[in-house]
Amino acid sequence: MTATAPVPRLIEQFEHGLDAPICLTWELTYACNLSCVHCLSSSGKRDPRELSTQQCKDIIDELERMQVFYVNIGGGEPTVRSDFWELVDYATEHHVGVKFSTNGVRIDEAVAAKLAASDYVDVQISLDGATAEINDAVRGPGSFAMAIRALENLSAAGFKDAKISVVVTRHNVDQLDDFKALADNYGATLRITRLRPSGRGADVWDDLHPTAEQQVQLYNWLVAKGERVLTGDSFFHLSGLGEPGALAGLNLCGAGRVVCLIDPVGDVYACPFAIHERFLAGNILSDTGFGAGFQNVWQNAPLFRELREPQSAGACGSCGHYDSCRGGCMAAKFFTGLPMDGPDPECVQGFGEPALAQDRDKPKSHLDHSRSSSGDPSRRSARPARAPIPLKLLAMPAKAPQKFCNESPV
Amino acid sequence: MAFDPDRGWRLHHQVAVRPEPFGALLYHFGTRKLSFLKNRTIVEVVNSLADHPDIRSALRAAGVDGTQQGPYLHAFGVLVQSKMLIPAEPPSPEGSTTS
Repeated sequence: MTATAPVPRLIEQFEHGLDAPICLTWELTYACNLSCVHCLSSSGKRDPRELSTQQCKDIIDELERMQVFYVNIGGGEPTVRSDFWELVDYATEHHVGVKFSTNGVRIDEAVAAKLAASDYVDVQISLDGATAEINDAVRGPGSFAMAIRALENLSAAGFKDAKISVVVTRHNVDQLDDFKALADNYGATLRITRLRPSGRGADVWDDLHPTAEQQVQLYNWLVAKGERVLTGDSFFHLSGLGEPGALAGLNLCGAGRVVCLIDPVGDVYACPFAIHERFLAGNILSDTGFGAGFQNVWQNAPLFRELREPQSAGACGSCGHYDSCRGGCMAAKFFTGLPMDGPDPECVQGFGEPALAQDRDKPKSHLDHSRSSSGDPSRRSARPARAPIPLKLLAMPAKAPQKFCNESPV
Repeated sequence: MAFDPDRGWRLHHQVAVRPEPFGALLYHFGTRKLSFLKNRTIVEVVNSLADHPDIRSALRAAGVDGTQQGPYLHAFGVLVQSKMLIPAEPPSPEGSTTS
């Protein structure tokens, strides 16, 4: 497309935020049959305050009014909600397309046939190893077989172009060609995304995130073979490794500007990788000074207004790659205990590594729905017990995000 | 589908247009592809396609003449390639929206 009128560059307009998100992640439940070691939302047990069917439908009505074209539904495992298919149907009937992420547990032959009959539903099967050995070490015993069964059912039912969603780790980065072959085999599209140190991911990130050499390997693979591979614009922190534009996508942190997360209790966070009080913009059900409802939170929440202000390049300001990577991922810095205006922990210039080697204070989320058999016990015990209440009061972010660095100097 | 600016085109029925300060977002529910219309003139032209026999006259009606049309024709070529736009007639068969 083209621009002939003197309007600001698109990326600048996105940085100032849009009236409605371009895409939105909605975690429908914290309940999950699996307990993946890197779960972004520390899922496991259902939250008793989970939104009701009617509350979900009201949100869908609002998304339709705002012309949010589609939602990425996840969890937890969203299909374990008894009203999951009802909500999917309601959304698509109201012009809100659905792409949902699942471990495959409910994708039997009948469900696959139903999905194949809809034009408006996209299915994303999570798989973190091209072999059971590598996958199950992260996602749990039997999870590889479960995902493959779901892919087989979808393929047999004639479902076109399912997505296989892979979080790239130190152990599966050598399997990218195998994942691609697997996707081709099922008529699916490969989607690879970055491992984030969010949720339980904080506990395993140091051991699972790709090494510096592997980051280069990943970048080169994306440039050479990534044309038909989706990335969710996830690897913009690597864009400094080559020519501008070599990686597809906007290469922009969209948190609170063009994306956000709605969690199972109606809390709105800046992005799917930021379930922490500091990135909590508001709650859809409660009016905390800027009106209730999603649109009010999106347009008026002080946190989102802050994120749409120009951000300081800080320590990265003098780096020649800043225009490419824009300092990297906010959540990756925050949850590894690095300053928000410093380099990404996986900075391609190598500036992340010395920062990671220092003493760090890794912020812990106030939420953990892990079942007792998993997760880091020290994190759970450090957390105050919270009685389930029907509506929660909003805890506002104490400080603007660009000031996080003042809290944990490296 | 080859792009011919001298024939009529219309938005695919599965494409939604969301106005934005910079122009508009286009989303194709069938291909699940997103496109950006990066100024308001092209939005005006896209929305007026039904009123014109071909793209050149739609552009002229929006005040885009002669050599100014080049970048716009390129943009329309991209929209045709991504199946956002389809020939006005005959109606496109359903099967044309691969996903």
